[in-house]
Amino acid sequence: MGTVTRGDTTWRRISIAVPYLWLFVFFLLPFAIILKISLADPVIAQPPFTPMFDADGGLSISLDNFLFLLTDKLYAVTYLKSVLMAAAATILCLTLGFPMAYGIARSSSSVRSLLLLLIVLPFWISFLLRVYAWMGLLNNYGAINNTLLWLGVIDQPLQLMYTDFAIFIGLTYSYLPFMVLPLYATLERMDMDLIEAAQDLGASRTRAFWDVTWPLARAGVIAGCMLVFIPAMGEYVIPYLLGGPESLLIGRVLFDEFFVNRDWPLASSVAIVLLLLMVVPIVFMQRNQAPELEAPE
Amino acid sequence: MAEPKQDFIRIRNVSKHFGDFVAVDNVDLTIGQGELFAILGGSGCGKSTLLRMMAGFETPTSGTIEIDGVDVTQQPPYERPVNMMFQSYAIFPHMTVEKNIAYGLRKDGIADDKIAQRVDDMLGLVQLGDFRKRKPDQLSGGQRQRVALARALIKEPKVLLLDEPLAALDKKLREKTQFELMNIQDKLGITFVVVTHDQEEAMTLSTRIAVMDEGRFLQVGTSKEIYEYPESRFVADFIGTINMFEGIVTHAGDEAISVACDDLGTELHALGSYDVELGQHVCVAVRPEKIFISVEQPDDAQGNVCLRGVVDDLGYFGNRSLYRIRLESGRMIQVSRQNQRRSAKRFVEWEDKIWVTWRPRSAVVILDEA
Repeated sequence: MGTVTRGDTTWRRISIAVPYLWLFVFFLLPFAIILKISLADPVIAQPPFTPMFDADGGLSISLDNFLFLLTDKLYAVTYLKSVLMAAAATILCLTLGFPMAYGIARSSSSVRSLLLLLIVLPFWISFLLRVYAWMGLLNNYGAINNTLLWLGVIDQPLQLMYTDFAIFIGLTYSYLPFMVLPLYATLERMDMDLIEAAQDLGASRTRAFWDVTWPLARAGVIAGCMLVFIPAMGEYVIPYLLGGPESLLIGRVLFDEFFVNRDWPLASSVAIVLLLLMVVPIVFMQRNQAPELEAPE
Repeated sequence: MAEPKQDFIRIRNVSKHFGDFVAVDNVDLTIGQGELFAILGGSGCGKSTLLRMMAGFETPTSGTIEIDGVDVTQQPPYERPVNMMFQSYAIFPHMTVEKNIAYGLRKDGIADDKIAQRVDDMLGLVQLGDFRKRKPDQLSGGQRQRVALARALIKEPKVLLLDEPLAALDKKLREKTQFELMNIQDKLGITFVVVTHDQEEAMTLSTRIAVMDEGRFLQVGTSKEIYEYPESRFVADFIGTINMFEGIVTHAGDEAISVACDDLGTELHALGSYDVELGQHVCVAVRPEKIFISVEQPDDAQGNVCLRGVVDDLGYFGNRSLYRIRLESGRMIQVSRQNQRRSAKRFVEWEDKIWVTWRPRSAVVILDEA
């Protein structure tokens, strides 16, 4: 006992190799392919881009696609709008999710499992169906407008559907569980005595929250924000179904370049830039994780 | 300096109900300034609820709590002149030792240089000067306990509440810390209220003890009073071990009473004046260390109780031995004996026929209904 035999080491290597292999085959390799395509030029052919090496065997790559993204203002605006939309949804998810997670973590264990079940329950229904359901709620003669008309609050239906607002609602609704669950996990582990200790030492309820609960929940806040922000940023289905023709987000642009314009190289470069935009906050957050254990004063 | 106030903490008719459950049932208590007072009881007896009401984490359903003449019943915890040391210590894991200790003063908006000075004093008091920059997870249990103590003391509260202060420490450390706590209390003169389920902790630490059960105080007194003069079966049984013999009063004098005890088939005598009537059902109780074992028949001249018995079981604890004796009547009693002589041989063996004896003054009569 205690010593590692040769067989154990082999198994350990294999078990470590599996996720690496997975990431290599399904992430790194496709990424390399996309990167390669993004450096090519579009042609009307099959496949619709120039090969990396020309007939003479010389390297044929260009940064034209990336330069084009810089010159055409449409892309910058779309990226910015996507970031803002994702950020707004993340903030709303956090504001709604934190009290929810806190409430669940502090409820009695029997109620707690029920509440957690309710959080996860929407996943049992197809994502697409749930977005369609929002269409039913938001459209001009949908449930919301009808109720408001019936109550006499408005006399013309509000244009809710096909707006940025609809996208915002859709994103928040869809990604809220991804915020609640990691927050719940950190809050549930937290010792309630800590908050009482802070109050005992002279901190008001609010002060105790900011001094104790918030810093200790930070890991959960960061995880939740990433889980919401990253997929919301590249979201395609929600903007496509709920948004109007003007609500152009980057997921939509990517789709159109790829399938409508058949400009694979440009679509690939859009994807690469999108990936880089997401990597930046991840690196930033990870930098922040380390001093997270230090005392915030 | 002014005389210490006798009624520094006044708890008046305090009750706390949680739904149908009565956690604290109409409790009255006064604690003097500078006292080291212990509230002792089993789990669920209401002692922690009472402590939390003093700290301000719970509001009494009825009754008032006064500290130094001020009614604090409705005050939130952060306004009370009271600090608490939690059972879990509740040290902020994201702050260094220094920042943990400084926290209370920081919330009061004290000047930085003054805080630094006070933190230094506190670190000195609990001997943690070398650990000031450490994080709580880099400390041992005993060190964490001292951080919690320093953090609770830095604001110089009028009252320090301690919830099971030693429960998380191992036995050796507990004994050491016990004396440290007493020294610190003595040095600062702050009133300590300790809640504990550990009778030994309560007895050695405190000047007075309140024994609590089912939300009520059964007896309040010094360690000695509680141990030697228990007023109820619960208290007698809860604190240490005791042999209890049920019986009927056959003689009630000014200085002694006699009780006929069916269990033993004999009459027991106890010194003291008790408010009893002839024929009343009472209980005579004797602590195991007040009973002597002898191999030869002892002298029963002074009205000592002398009974024959057989050693049923014995346990050796190093400093003392514990014997379970089966008396002739079949009744089992416990006797403990200091091992004053160094010897590898046992003084008596299993199944040895022996005599047990105790003095009438050693017995206490308990009057409450069983």
